[in-house]
Formats: sequence, structure tokens, C-alpha cells
Amino acid sequence: MLGHIYLAIIPPLAGTILLGFFGKMMPRKAAGILACGAILLSFAVALAAFIEYVRAGGVSPEPYGAHVGVLAPWLAIPGFELNLSFQADALSLLMALTVTFVSFLIFVYSSGYMAHDEGYPRYFAYLNLFVAMMLTLVLAGNLVVMFIGWEGVGLCSYLLIGFWYRKKAPPIAGIKAFIVNRIGDFGFLIGILILFWLLGSVDFTTMRMRLSMLEHGAPLILTMAGLFLFMGAMGKSAQFPLHVWLPDAMEGPTPVSALIHAATMVTAGVFLVARMGFLFSLSQPALLAIACIGAFTALFAASIAIVQYDIKRVLAYSTVSQLGLMFLAAGLGAYWIAVFHLFTHAFFKALLFLGSGSVIHAMGGEQDMRKMGGLAKRMPQTYWQFLIGAMAISGIPLLAGFYSKDEILFAAFSARNALFPQAGMALFVVGAFTALLTAFYMFRQVQLVFLTPARWDAAKVHPHEAPPSMAIPCWVLAAGSIFAGYIGLPAMFASLLHIPNALEPFLAPALPGGHSSVPHALHAASLASEAMVASLSALLALAGLGLAFYLYRARSGLTEKLRQSFAAPYRLLFNKYYIDELNNAAIVSPGKALCSRLSQSVDLGIIDGAVNFIALAIGALGYALRPLQTGFIRNYAWYFSVGAVLLIILLWLRAGG
Amino acid sequence: MGFLANAPLISIAIALPIFGVILAALVPKGRVATLRWLAFGFSAASFIISLPLLASPDFAGFSHVEHYPWMPQLKAYYLVGVDGLSVWLVLLTGLLTPLAVLSSFSAIRNREKEYYILLLIMQSALVGTFCALDLVLFFLFWEMVLIPMYLLIGIWGSGRRVYAATKFVLYTVVGSFLMLLAIIGLYVYSGANGHPSFDFTYLRAHLLPPELQTWLFLAFALAFAIKMPLFPFHTWLADAHTEAPTAGSVLLAGLLLKMGGYGFLRFCLPIFPDASAAFAPLMMGLAVVSILYGALVCAAQSDIKRLIALSSVSHMGFVMLGLLSLDLIGIQGAIVQMVSHGIATGALFLLAGVIYERRHTRELAQFGGLAEAMPRYYNIFLITMFASIGLPALSGFVGEFLILLGAINADWMLAGLAALGIVLTAVYMLAMFRRVFHGDCALPENRALKDLSAREMACLIPLVVMMFAIGLFPKPYVDSIRPAAERAARTATRILQASDAARPAGAETVASAQEAKR
Repeated sequence: MLGHIYLAIIPPLAGTILLGFFGKMMPRKAAGILACGAILLSFAVALAAFIEYVRAGGVSPEPYGAHVGVLAPWLAIPGFELNLSFQADALSLLMALTVTFVSFLIFVYSSGYMAHDEGYPRYFAYLNLFVAMMLTLVLAGNLVVMFIGWEGVGLCSYLLIGFWYRKKAPPIAGIKAFIVNRIGDFGFLIGILILFWLLGSVDFTTMRMRLSMLEHGAPLILTMAGLFLFMGAMGKSAQFPLHVWLPDAMEGPTPVSALIHAATMVTAGVFLVARMGFLFSLSQPALLAIACIGAFTALFAASIAIVQYDIKRVLAYSTVSQLGLMFLAAGLGAYWIAVFHLFTHAFFKALLFLGSGSVIHAMGGEQDMRKMGGLAKRMPQTYWQFLIGAMAISGIPLLAGFYSKDEILFAAFSARNALFPQAGMALFVVGAFTALLTAFYMFRQVQLVFLTPARWDAAKVHPHEAPPSMAIPCWVLAAGSIFAGYIGLPAMFASLLHIPNALEPFLAPALPGGHSSVPHALHAASLASEAMVASLSALLALAGLGLAFYLYRARSGLTEKLRQSFAAPYRLLFNKYYIDELNNAAIVSPGKALCSRLSQSVDLGIIDGAVNFIALAIGALGYALRPLQTGFIRNYAWYFSVGAVLLIILLWLRAGG
Repeated sequence: MGFLANAPLISIAIALPIFGVILAALVPKGRVATLRWLAFGFSAASFIISLPLLASPDFAGFSHVEHYPWMPQLKAYYLVGVDGLSVWLVLLTGLLTPLAVLSSFSAIRNREKEYYILLLIMQSALVGTFCALDLVLFFLFWEMVLIPMYLLIGIWGSGRRVYAATKFVLYTVVGSFLMLLAIIGLYVYSGANGHPSFDFTYLRAHLLPPELQTWLFLAFALAFAIKMPLFPFHTWLADAHTEAPTAGSVLLAGLLLKMGGYGFLRFCLPIFPDASAAFAPLMMGLAVVSILYGALVCAAQSDIKRLIALSSVSHMGFVMLGLLSLDLIGIQGAIVQMVSHGIATGALFLLAGVIYERRHTRELAQFGGLAEAMPRYYNIFLITMFASIGLPALSGFVGEFLILLGAINADWMLAGLAALGIVLTAVYMLAMFRRVFHGDCALPENRALKDLSAREMACLIPLVVMMFAIGLFPKPYVDSIRPAAERAARTATRILQASDAARPAGAETVASAQEAKR
């Protein structure tokens, strides 16, 4: 199974083809079952491979615990071989399990959520294609196969954001997503090309072996290659300034937001950095850049999230922020922590999105939190699920998010970057402040949606609990949001609870160690500083919770006053730092003007004008010479004799000279 | 199958359409259906007969060579053959022409006999162009392509068809005229050395002095650059494509533009290697300008055919970039790109023709919301568009990837700029797609549009299959190109060595580190 891990991709691909061709003829139920069944099958393959992998206990034919299976040769050029190869190792198997498991739950949820949509088979065809492409991405054995999956998920994202194509906004949001991603992919492609030339291969294991022979850091070109690859990661994982597409992506159906734009696809950038960690670890500047962009994005997006009113946009900015934290960890060289947070985040963010989907469903499509409130009584199940998700992401102790976030903060706290020793502390402060904001905006949301007095018209809206097909997946995710953290407990809790950290040693062969000081520092660090960071992180979460409670519950009039006294910063945040406006003014509008100028003035005016002018001039010359063609023999005889005389004179002159 | 190896396949492939022309001329007036199927039959037969060309054992040299005296006094021979460079273009001609014929059944309603005769003549001439190894013969076929296209645009075109047709002919003739002079120049020069020849294989083997190379290269290059078209010689293209009937646009984009790229590869690089190397930086620069400029201009178009036409400037810029990178990988990529562009853009023109036939307008503003009314059309358009955008696993990506891989070796700055094209392509294609398919179906005449008919599907499905086939399994196809590409870059050894030296500095560091470790 491990050598044939690409088998996991086949069921969803087959599902896409079947649904694409015959979906309309099938009864809805059959289409839903086919789609879910395909994913379940895929999950089974991933699980079987995972068990086999664990049983083998690290014995593998390839280095770094990898099992590589070649489906077919793709290209062979002298010097380069490029295969459609797929790789099963700790990292890819963990990702494949997460992706298929969360996907399955969201598929089941979707079968309820989309039950009345006329595009039902189309929806599931796209969603199946998405899972196939996402698995291609995570199971890829080289960068080009990964790029196939990478752009493939981008395509599905485009299709699913614009799923309701009859409306005006979704197709535009889809285009925005695809193009911003393509800007990142431009970097990714250049990165691949550079590595191709540099290393003569883009197979992960080969690249890693060749790079491991470098002893004294990386030459500049490797840093360049790494930063170009990271540009791709920034696009896919919505890091500043390429984050602009993700909030707009909320135009798609909510389960899509949960699956693609929260739990799986957007984490592909983090996965890429972890996968290529052996490259990034060679370059301190690249790592520092990743950590800084991650930290900045985390804070930046969290600050926007605290003032938004659209229930999904808050979550979208929250996703951007959490992805930033993952990059912060990866940039510190703590790849396994980034993957850990990716793993826990997949559960609670999917849960939060699905919960918000249940709310939107119940409110008849309403997404404005100002028109919600008091839903805890009407939808107690959804309330509890959402609350668990909110607690998990905020870092309330004992839930999944607490452990992974704590690890990130502690990694930053104890990191010593070679280039800039103070960077670790600065990153820690940013991370901690982000954690505070996270807890605040999440509980603000809980307050506004579920606890504050109802602000909807009871005559028009009849909130109701979600049907079981939607509720059950949420409960499973809620369980994950609580327990997922226990596979990678921080050292202190691990010894306290007698649950060893299973994740770090499991991932170790797939991820680079040694080059970065952090993992060692983590183990060597004193229990005291670890306890301090952990309690600080718990305190921050509770502070955020308390602040939200105080502002939106205890002193409900206060928010209005605050908004007025801080009008300018509020507007800045509310309008998302005017980034979209800035982009429009600086890129889109001038770009459009340039295009039409080029088309009108340059192409039709200058270039075609010159061509037509030459044609006209030749025509005019012909016209001017036309009177010579009189048709009278005597005139022609006259030209002839003049010409002959001139010729003779010419020859005579030349002969004489 | 042994007899196939000895059969004059190329000549049969050239002759079959001409035979069809003769029969078509004899079809009595009014028997339109007979005429259509006759044209389709002979066109497809030519394709089928050219399929065994692929089975050639060795693509490094020419196979299926036929050599007959033609004008012995002039040393002009009937000399044809295929190698890995030309065989795919011959097959592409065979694939696209029958589909173009098929797509015309409902679109063309006047002077049908002349119309189908011209399409068949063009097929014959195109196969000849891609197979001719004698320069006089090549020139003959080259010009023979021109006339049917001129008439197709001028008679069956739309709007400003006469203007477009005249512009097309004048542009091309200027280039051809210089090329003819250069061909004569080659003949005279080889004659001065005691062996007057139009034979490509002879000329390839006997290099000219660099100075002469420069002038003759420029003359050839201009003809090919106009045909490709390379910025700034591209303005004929938008008018010609826009006004041409659908089949004309398909053949123009799918095949006629390839004559330029093919000419570069077949004649310029091997016969004028020094001049090619000297002009490579300039030509690559123009190629990158074509890529970016073409894409930017596309973004401002409101006419769907004009947009697709101008996208060819951008896509063919990639071909030029690959060819003049003088890198083996880049050259292979250029051929892949030519074929995949022929397939994808050919399909896009067929698709544009479908709605033009139904609505008699090409204005994007006249459409919107078609996804609802025409789901099959929507899906095929979607796949074709993404093939054109260069999505991996579809045909467009393979060529662009190889070209950039080759180009980064030659000039990493230009390669980086060219790679920006992949972003811009997505911008104008997706915007166009949205305006046609998404949003509300506001106009009542759009709501009633019929989805693709079986015949239209039959035109498009083979192309869609090819997009996936090339994108997913490019290896056999790229492998078959390599030996000939190696030979085409006659200076390959020299030039490739030079480019190896120009590898990014880090490569040595890594390589030497590896050495040290061992």
C-alpha cells in the first residue's frame, strides 16, 4: 500500500468523472452517497497506509522514512527525470489522513446543507475533484506533481467560490482567488525552475540528499529559490499581502469555506514549507522572512477580525491569522509545531465554519451578526459545538488549540535566530498579542450570535436546530477540537499527564532537524519558563474571553462609545486597512488603463498606424506614378530612349572612371 | 505493416486532399451534403494516412524521404521527409483540418463548393510546407497556403473582411518576398562553391560565412516572425482572425502561425547557427515583449474572437522564447507549445464560432449567463480555457514549463519576466469567461440558446482528449521530438556548453560541495 499511495487519489477522481457525466441523471441521494463513499474509500486507503507505515516502524526503501511509488514517467530529458511519483512518509500520511477525514465529515454535512440546491451533483463533482487534487498535493513525490495538485486545488477553489455563478459577486471572488494565487504560483514555478537547475532533480528525497551535503549554509541562490517557493505558499495560505482573496472566498457555500478555505487547501502553504524544510533550514534569512511575514499576518488579520460583523468574514480573517501563526512556527524551524497547529486547526476551524453554516442556514441566509443574537436557546446543539470550537481556537486550557498555540509561543520565546537574536522575543510578543485578540474576537462572536438579546424579526425568521446530517459531523469535529491536542503535548504537560508527545518523533524523519537551534532549545529549556509561557497563554485566552464578556454582555453600551471615541482606528480596521482599495487604486485601475491604452493607442494607433501609413504611402506613390502609364507607344518609346541614353552615359562614366 | 514503411505516405497525404478537390469540382450543383462529406472524408483520409509516420524508427534523421527530380535545370527537387520536428505538425494539420471542415457544415451557406475546395487545398499545402526539404518546394507550398486563406477571409469573412484579407496578404508577402531573395542567395552562394543547391540537408551541412548568415537569417527571420507573429509584426493577426470564418480562424491559429515557428526551427537555426546565436538575445527579448504585451492587450478586448486571436501573440511568444533560448529543453518545449497551442486555441476558436453562429455577434457584452443555457458548452469551454491558461495536467503547462526551464538557462531575467505571462493569461481568460458564462442570463435571446449539437461535440471532443493526453503523459511525445531537436540546434554542443557555463552561480557551489563530500 505504501508504495502505491496514489491509490488514495483514484476514488475521488472517479467520483468526479462519474458525477460529472452522470450526476444529473442520478437521484440526489445516490449522488451524495457516491461522493461521500469515494472519500470514505480514500480515507480507508490512507488509514491502511498509515497503519502499515507505523507497523514498519521507520523501515523504508528510501531515505527519510519515505516510500516512493512511481505511477508513470512524466518527462525524461537528458540530465533530468521527472516522474508522476507519489510519496508516503510521516508528513504526507498525516496530511492525507487529516484531509480525507475532515473532508468526509464535511461531505456528510454538505449532503444536508446543499440538499435543496439545484447544482447538487455539480457541487459534489467539484468537491470530489478538490479532494483528489489535495491528495495529489500532499502525496506528491516531487515539486512538479505537487504543483499539479497545487494548481488543481486552486482550480477547484475558483469553481467552488463561484459556485453560485448567477449572482454577481461569487464569480468575481473566484477570479480574484485564482489570480492572487497565480501570482504566488508564479513564484512557486520560478522556485521549481531554479531548483531544477541547481540540483538536477525536484524529487523531495533526492533534493534533500543533495542539499544535506552542503556544510556551510546555503548560497544566495538557495535563499532565492526558497523565497520564491514561499511566495507560492503566501498565495495559497493567504499571507500578507496576498491574503486579499481569502475573505472574498466566503462567497462560496459555507461547507466549502470550511473544507477548502479553512481546514485543508489554505494550509498547503504551511505544508510546502514543512515539506521543503530541508531547504529553508539552510537559509536563516529565508526562515526569518517566513517567521516575520507569518507573525505580521497573524496580528494584522486578527486586528481586522475584532471589528467585522459578517459571521464568515470574522472566521476568514481568523484563518488568515492562524495560518500566520503556523508560518511563525515554521519560520522558527519548528516545522512539527507548524504541522501540529495545522492539524488541530483543521478540526476547530472546520467546526466553527460548519457551526456558522448551521446558523446561516437557520437564519435563512443571514450573515450579519448584528441581526442575530439569542440563538443559544434556539439552537443549543450548535451553540455548544460553536462554543467548543471557540474555546479550542482561543487557547482555553485542555482543548486542542491551547497545546498547539502554546508550543508556538514557547518556540518563539526560546528561539535564538542567528541573524537577529532579539527576533524570537519580538515574535513571541506578537504571537501572544495575537492570542489575546483571537480569544477576544471569538468570544465576541459567540456573544453576538448566541448570547446577546435576539435582534431578528421572529415573524420572518424561524431559527431551528440543524438536521442530524449536519449536526453529527459537527459533534465529531468537536471531539477532535478537544482531543486532537493530545497527540503532541508540550513536554511539561506530557510528563504531567503521562501522555508522551507522539507527533514529534513520528514526524521527525520527514522534517529537518539539527540545522535550527529551536527543537533542541525546546527540550533543554527549563520547566519554569515553559510553565510561565503556558500560564501566560492561558491567561491571555481568559483575558480575551473576559474582555468580550465585559464589552458585549456586562456593559453592552460601551462598544458604541468606544467606537465613537476611536473612530479613526475603528474605520481603518473595519475597512481592513483599505488594502482592497489600495490594490484597486495602485494595481487594478492603472492596470486596466494601461491595457486599454496599449490596445487603443499603441496597438491600433502606433503600430498598426505605422503599417497602414506605409501601405498608404506605397499606394500614393503608385498613384503618383500612374500618369506614366499612358498606353501610347510613343510615350513608352520616349522613356525607353531616355533610359537607354542614361544607361550608356552611366556605363561610359564608370568605364572612364 | 511493412508496406507502410515503403509507401510514399507523405505524397499520399499531400495528394489526397487535391484528389478531393478534383472530385469536389465534379459534384453537381445542389448536392451540398455530398460535397461536405466528400471534403471531410478526403481531409480525414489524409490524416489517417499520415498516422503511420509516427511509427518511424528514428526521428533524428528524416524518414519517409521521397526524392524526385522536379526542375533539374534549376537543381530544384521534389524532396520531402519528416523528422521529430515536423511529424507532430503534420499530424496536427491532419487533426485540425477535418474538424474545421466539420465545423463549417452549418456555418457556411454560400459558395460551398469553392469553400471546401479551398480548405482542402490548404491542407495539402500545409502538409507540404511541413514536409518539404527543398527550399523551392518549401516556398511553393508556403505561398500555396496563402491564397486559400486570403480567399477564405475575403469571401466568407465578416465585417471588414476585404481589409483584413488584404492586410494579411500584404504582410505575408513582404516576408515571403525577402525569404525568396534569401533562398536565391543561398542558391547563388552554394553555386559559387561549385554545388548550387536548394537542398536543405546539403545547406545544413555546409555552413555559410557569418556575415552572409546575418543577412540571410534576417530575411528568413522576418518572414517567420510575421507569420508567428512576433511583436511588432502582429497587427495583421487580430484583423485576420476576427473577420475570418470559424474554420479559417482555426486553421490560421492552429496551423498557419506554426509555419513561422517551424520555419525558425527547420531553417534558421540549422542553416544560420551563428546568426541565430547572435540574434538570440534580441529575439528572446521580442518574445518576452510579445508574451507580456499580447496578454495586456488581450485584457482590453471586448470582442471574443479578437481576444482569442491576440492571446496567440502571447502564446507564440513562448514558442519563440523556447526556440531562441537555443537550449535543447527550450526547443522541445517550443514544439510542445506549438502543438498544444494549436489544439487549445483551435478549440477556443471553434467554441467562439459556436456562439457566433447562434447569435451573430462577437461582443462579450452581448453574452452573460450562458452556463445555464449551455452546460456542455460551458464545461468544454472551461477545460479548453484552462488548457490555454496552462494549468498543470493539461497540455498548455508542459510546453510553458519546458520553455521556461530552457529559457532560465539562457537568460534568467527574461525567463522570470516571461513567467509573469502565466499570471496575465489567467487575468484576461477568466475575465472573458465570466462575461460569457457567469452572472444573470439577462438577454432573452441567450436564454433560448441551444447547447452543443452532436456534430459540434464531435469537433471538440478529440481536441479535449488531446489536451489531457499531452498534459498527463507528455513523455512519449517529448521523447520523439528530442533527437531532431538536438540536430536542429546544430550548434547545440557549442551553444549548450556556453549555457552550461552560464548556470546560476550556486549550482557550482552545490556541485562542488557534493564532490567534496564524496
